[in-house]
Amino acid sequence: MARKVVITGLGATTPIGGDVPTMWQNALKGVSGARTLEDEWVAKYDLPVHFAARCSTPALDVLSRVEAKRMDPSTQFGVIAAREAWADSGIGEIDHDRLAVAFATGIGGVWTLLDAWDTLRDKGPRRVLPMTVPMLMPNGVAAAVSLDLGARAGAHTPVSACASGTEALHLGLDLIRSGKADVVVCGGAEAAIHPMPLAAFSSMQALSRRNDEPERASRPYDIDRDGFVMGEGAGALVLEAEEHAIARGARIYAELAGTSVTADAYHITAPDPEGLGATRALKAAMFDGRIQAEDVVHVNAHATSTPVGDKPEYTALRAALGTHVDNVAVSATKSQMGHLLGASGAVEAVLTVLAVYERKTPVTINLENQDPEIPLDVVTSVRDLPAGDIVALSNSFGFGGHNAVIAVRNV
Amino acid sequence: MASNEEILAGLAEIVNEETGLAPEAVELDKSFTEDLDIDSISMMTIVVNAEEKFGVRIPDEEVKNLKTVGDAVSFIANAQA
Repeated sequence: MARKVVITGLGATTPIGGDVPTMWQNALKGVSGARTLEDEWVAKYDLPVHFAARCSTPALDVLSRVEAKRMDPSTQFGVIAAREAWADSGIGEIDHDRLAVAFATGIGGVWTLLDAWDTLRDKGPRRVLPMTVPMLMPNGVAAAVSLDLGARAGAHTPVSACASGTEALHLGLDLIRSGKADVVVCGGAEAAIHPMPLAAFSSMQALSRRNDEPERASRPYDIDRDGFVMGEGAGALVLEAEEHAIARGARIYAELAGTSVTADAYHITAPDPEGLGATRALKAAMFDGRIQAEDVVHVNAHATSTPVGDKPEYTALRAALGTHVDNVAVSATKSQMGHLLGASGAVEAVLTVLAVYERKTPVTINLENQDPEIPLDVVTSVRDLPAGDIVALSNSFGFGGHNAVIAVRNV
Repeated sequence: MASNEEILAGLAEIVNEETGLAPEAVELDKSFTEDLDIDSISMMTIVVNAEEKFGVRIPDEEVKNLKTVGDAVSFIANAQA
């Protein structure tokens, strides 16, 4: 039988809280992290979208100036979340040769890359900073976390667009089950609120244009949803072999019971309208965790608030859970914090673990007229989850046809 | 034209900005690598910032000869002369 893997530490920095306790309280309350952008570049480039969801605590309030200088903003967020998760786990002396990192990003150091390009054009090659390459590389965040914690059993960077953060947990589970590590710090980080990605996501009609009402723009499952809201931040989780956690008397939040990754092989950006790849991912994660549909009480949905994306996820949930889907409390937390791209899966995993541990569901805001084609039981005010054995799922899907699912069980 | 004292003070400011070291720790006889623990990437950043600040050019092949803070001050002073 495979080694059981448990979650013993949580960390996050997000648009609705710069640490886990703050984020969790706000997620239960239902707040929006979206705000009008005051940056001069919004008008300068006449961007079609004037708002986004920035981290509520700036990285420079947490990191020293010198430390931050050597990190892309995405890495700054990742390191902040990883340090919180590590401290939260209470791990003391361990064998660092058995400690790994699986820390994802969707894009990597896009600020660093584009700043360096601006510097090259304005001031010439001599002024392009020598730290540019290690700061822009997508593995920069995994490398920084590995360096920070002294993790020597490998530092991995799964990249699968908006499924990246969830895929990091999939990899972390495998690393422990296969015996390659005893503890893995998993997570995802993203910092792409820069005019170029905003312009690019706008061009593909992916972003909401509700410029007059940023707080009401992210509205998964609402009939008037018109796109996602760009967010930023990071989430981190300490995964640990159960026997390792028990031996040190750790506080265990939940079991990471099963994970899966599938690919649509359907279209480079459009989700399969029948949700076949997502269905296979859900079924595979449940099979992996020996989970029956009836065990599932809560889903933290991918639900980005795009007109085309939200419905195939519903189709997949119904295909995987059958009629039991009607009894499942579904939360779409991107309604509150926007879409954190490669970090979203990690942050939503933190929320899913807390939902199981605290037996309470975070809420979905801005659901005024639920799309009749998506008849899910959407949580709009805090719901208690039942006593006894429960399972919660968290889905993430990414451009490229990536589907990733995790299943979290109480301990 | 900056005096040696002005160059030292300017360098100390650049080193502080890059590494967080207190400016008064940046003294003429200190080795960048041995005493100030500055790695090659930080050194290149300091060199480029010094070039801009003092309006000089420090060729890449010269950087390895700048072992102490005093070496850098002398090089910049000569380059300005």
